[in-house]
Amino acid sequence: MGITAVAFYLFALVSVVSGLMVVISRNPVHSVLWLVLAFFSSAGLFVLLGAEFVAMLLVIVYMGAVAVLFLFVVMMLDVDFAELRGQLAQYLPLGLLIGVILLMELGLVFSQWSFAPGHVAARAAVTPEGVTNTAALGQLIYTRYIYLFQASGLILLVAMIGAIVLTMRHRTNIKRQDILEQIYRDPAASMDLKDVKPGQGL
Amino acid sequence: MDGLLRAYLPVLVFLGLAIIIGAVLLLAAVVVAVRHPDAEKISAYECGFNAFDDARMKFDVRFYLVSILFIIFDLEVAFLFPWAVAFKDVGPLGFWSMLVFLAVLTVGFSYEWKKGALEWE
Repeated sequence: MGITAVAFYLFALVSVVSGLMVVISRNPVHSVLWLVLAFFSSAGLFVLLGAEFVAMLLVIVYMGAVAVLFLFVVMMLDVDFAELRGQLAQYLPLGLLIGVILLMELGLVFSQWSFAPGHVAARAAVTPEGVTNTAALGQLIYTRYIYLFQASGLILLVAMIGAIVLTMRHRTNIKRQDILEQIYRDPAASMDLKDVKPGQGL
Repeated sequence: MDGLLRAYLPVLVFLGLAIIIGAVLLLAAVVVAVRHPDAEKISAYECGFNAFDDARMKFDVRFYLVSILFIIFDLEVAFLFPWAVAFKDVGPLGFWSMLVFLAVLTVGFSYEWKKGALEWE
């Protein structure tokens, strides 16, 4: 068994185990940390597949940004862990029902699954000969899939505006710093020298 | 093992070393360190006071806004990488397509700036 196989089984095992730990760990913050480990081992699997760019994207975007977002969401929810644990038995039947339905659907899908002819060749030749993974993606995204690319830009725009509209709360009764006003403040207008005679008040 | 994976072999070695060193340090602390815990030593305190309340308090929703704006611009930069690598191959169509993409996101950026989403208070 070569190093590649060892690395594959290592990453696969770690991602499955950490995925399981995401679900069963008691503390949601620990769940997010296990999720980061799952992302990392999936990135390793992507490297083994030859999809370098997607692997690095997984590390940068998912581990760097999405995991932080999840942490913020977990910290924002203010869940009482002890209370949640008490309610587990209450939601167990519903959860089991959904799980069984999902399992049956997956079974239906995979029993009817048939591979297209030449799928092995299609998987093996991910990129053209002599072109790196990132360059091959770059040659496709911006010209051949231009509409999808622009649509992704619009989706990002909608996400940005949506997040701002949903979470922006401008407080009115606080003092804000107005830097321009500070810079343009005139000593002559804001200061007044008074000549006070000795023994007299103003 | 082909060339691509051979290039990643040092990363794998590095990962293995990091795991080994981390595990050795943790295990050394378990094996070697002197431990005489008692109730006062392991109880939580802040600067000599007893702890006032739970450390897990709610985060402000504005952290979430900052984080989601960060993700959006992170993704924008992620789209720039393959474009830069394949810049000589994509031609004028690819160039202008990226500029339109950037312009769309700049609209969002100026909206965000005008709304004051980048300011804390």
